[in-house]
Amino acid sequence: MNNISSSIPKIDHLEKANGSAIYVCDYDTDDMLHGRLLRSSIAKGIVRNVRIPELPDGYFYVDSTDIPGKNQVHMIQDDTPVFTNDVQFIGEPIGMLVGPDLKKVGSLLSETQVEYENLAPVFDARGSEDIFFDFNIEKGDVEAAFAHADRIIEGSFETGLQEHIYLETNGMIGKFQDGKMIIHGSLQCPYYVHGALVDATALTHENVIVKQDVTGGGFGGKEDFPSALACQVAIAAFKADGKSVRVVFEREEDIIATSKRHPSYCDYKLSVKDGKVTGMVSDIIVDAGAYTTMSMVVLQRATIGSSGVYNIENIKVRGRAPKTNTVPNGAFRGFGGPQVFFAIEMMMTHVAKELGVDSAEFKLKHIVQQGDLTSTSGKYHFPVPLKQMAAKVLKESDYFKKQKQYKNQTGRYRKGIGFSLVFHGAGFTGNGERDIIKAVAHLKKLKDGRVEILTANTDMGQGLATTFTKIVSKTLDLPPEKIIFSLPDTSRVPNSGPTVASRSIMVVGELLRRAAIRLKDEWIEGEEQLIEQRYEHPSFMIAFDAVNFKGDAYPTYSWQATVVETTIDTLTGGISIDNVWGSFDVGTPIDESIVIGQMEGGIIQSLGYAIMEKCTIYNGAINNKKLCDYIIPTAPDFPNMNVYLYVDEYPEGPFGAKGAGEMSHVGGAPAVLDAIQNALGTKLSKIPFMPEDVLDILREEKLDD
Amino acid sequence: MIDIIKFNLNDKEISYTGSASARLLDFLRDEKKMTGTKCGCKEGECGACCVIIDGKTVNSCLVAMGSIHGASIITIEGYSKTERFETLSKAFESVSAIQCGFCMPGMLLSSECILDGNPKPSETIVREGLSGNLCRCTGYNSIVKAVLKASEKGGGLW
Ligand code: FES
Ligand code: FES
Repeated sequence: MNNISSSIPKIDHLEKANGSAIYVCDYDTDDMLHGRLLRSSIAKGIVRNVRIPELPDGYFYVDSTDIPGKNQVHMIQDDTPVFTNDVQFIGEPIGMLVGPDLKKVGSLLSETQVEYENLAPVFDARGSEDIFFDFNIEKGDVEAAFAHADRIIEGSFETGLQEHIYLETNGMIGKFQDGKMIIHGSLQCPYYVHGALVDATALTHENVIVKQDVTGGGFGGKEDFPSALACQVAIAAFKADGKSVRVVFEREEDIIATSKRHPSYCDYKLSVKDGKVTGMVSDIIVDAGAYTTMSMVVLQRATIGSSGVYNIENIKVRGRAPKTNTVPNGAFRGFGGPQVFFAIEMMMTHVAKELGVDSAEFKLKHIVQQGDLTSTSGKYHFPVPLKQMAAKVLKESDYFKKQKQYKNQTGRYRKGIGFSLVFHGAGFTGNGERDIIKAVAHLKKLKDGRVEILTANTDMGQGLATTFTKIVSKTLDLPPEKIIFSLPDTSRVPNSGPTVASRSIMVVGELLRRAAIRLKDEWIEGEEQLIEQRYEHPSFMIAFDAVNFKGDAYPTYSWQATVVETTIDTLTGGISIDNVWGSFDVGTPIDESIVIGQMEGGIIQSLGYAIMEKCTIYNGAINNKKLCDYIIPTAPDFPNMNVYLYVDEYPEGPFGAKGAGEMSHVGGAPAVLDAIQNALGTKLSKIPFMPEDVLDILREEKLDD
Repeated sequence: MIDIIKFNLNDKEISYTGSASARLLDFLRDEKKMTGTKCGCKEGECGACCVIIDGKTVNSCLVAMGSIHGASIITIEGYSKTERFETLSKAFESVSAIQCGFCMPGMLLSSECILDGNPKPSETIVREGLSGNLCRCTGYNSIVKAVLKASEKGGGLW
């Protein structure tokens, strides 16, 4: 492995270990005001009247009438209001009560009454007529493939909501002073927040300043959502006489009111000729919730990924994101990938079962290779190491032997083993980097010879402060102590784009490497120097046509092969994970321990997604809104994971690195469901798959006997 | 009725005269400004708020001030001055076990209690001992490794 991969101590280790790191909830609030949001209690309707109790001195209320700019949170499309009068989901912000005592604010809020004119909500995504986005892909000749097929096999798949449960809830502090709005808090994308604030406050770019505080986890949950909270806090800050206004969510509020992973419904038809899949028709629906937020890009990724890692020559895909009157679904690690990869991976095992062949071998026979066309008729430009990676985990787990051995078990405890293959397209979909983001990074050399990294990218736990530091330190041949990385502040850093899409290392890390090479060349002892580096689109890429979905959606891909072994207790329905083997190619790991941590963390989230984390909505209201009824994995739930890093260097990434953070959330769910299929001898098609689902299957099995 | 609640906090004697039903978590964070103790749920579910009371880890969000009269309490602010912390922190650092860090003050205090009760714990004991501390970032593998490593390197500390 490249020697940049050997791990160094994380630069933010000690402050996080000893508790001295200051998160947004840790600022001294003695001189601050506290805000709490007035939220709708109905799913759809018009706000006719808000009756606020008499407010003591120092307390005030803000709503849509207080917004100097647009009552819109600028995201991709601007349909999310800052404060609503036209309610679209339960928990939607109508206004904010603010005052010096948080408890008092809470009691005033509980006395506040809202009168609505109720309208009929829509909760079922498949029945919704309001379609936010509708994408289509066509490649080859599906009609011909189906006409000549030996068999056509169908399957329908469902995935549920998933809540991020970053351990630190959302929070933001805002202050308006000397004509400047200064906002800081828990967030992934300072310039997204900045853009939204400029629109809502009607202040100039220079007069809006956004800073990231130490952030207690994001996973996509702090990608789009903080823009809304920041605007609400800013509107309150205008009225606060130069005091800071702070909003920090309670856990329940965070679960009710912030984005989640889109539930999905996927219908597939595969045509098979001579034992090979020749065609695919898939219909992908992701439930967007009440506003568009990130649904367009989530749906793009889902639509493009729906044929999985397989080379299927003739495909027709339709992807839709309907509106429902539920909390908007947004970004979550994997970004549409976990949904469709679950579907196609299960589908491939079902087809193999129908054909009476081994599913792992069947999958391996269909995987794409370098030079093949992608689903969007772009190209896999670089080697696809899936065969070698699969061989590793299949061997280490003794998959083939166990898989046979676990068929037809009858006792109380039944074991199963499952296998999945996935990719994650690295970076933004299509031409996003070139046309929208246009990233800029700065390196500033100080007189004393230290070098400061100036980018808008955030460390929310994934280790970016350390990996960026390593890239620059290594390129400049300086010890890491000579490199300065501070949390981004938009008044100091250029817009290097958001910290999303597994792009930070691959794209911004490479800008830093190039800047460092130039700085090394131009280095003048004792002088201050600034190097600016701008994004250049890789010349090999086939331009992406986002209307017809043609061309290279991604420059390159990260790959994952996973095996999971389980034991099912047929008496209780309990599903335990006995072992996990994962091989990952994320290019050169910039820091081996950090990458392993990303892989382990992602796998466990995907196993939770598959068999533990159930979040249901009844009449628009979330049922599972506490940590005691939305259960995430704990340390004894899953065993040690065996993580293997396979390195296929990406020439356009720094030291050969490509995207890492998200993919590990894609492969776990289909592998564990395949293992449960193996244990129960059945076909499965939905997650979360819970103990009660195990018992349902066993009951049906008995009835069939 | 006790009017004054007296307890020891990180080796300092404290006399508290406020409400007996206030939460220890709020007292630490809001009054003492000891913000190393985190709040992830306020319902006893996440372990981010855990502190050591008389040798055992307890979720401070569920502890009423009235119940700690005479108790000895250690928070991360106190623990981080000890040699045991040094060793544990180094072990966490060596495997990059800290990601976002929000769970970590609680995680380190729970790890301390595991090692205090059993200086050479098995992996299962470590995992069980950490079961009250949620971590959404790491998948726990690196944390478990770090605790086992500290136990190995700790030579007589625990
Ligand atoms: S804050 Fe006390 S257990 Fe979560
Ligand atoms: S490191 Fe983020 S929750 Fe544990």
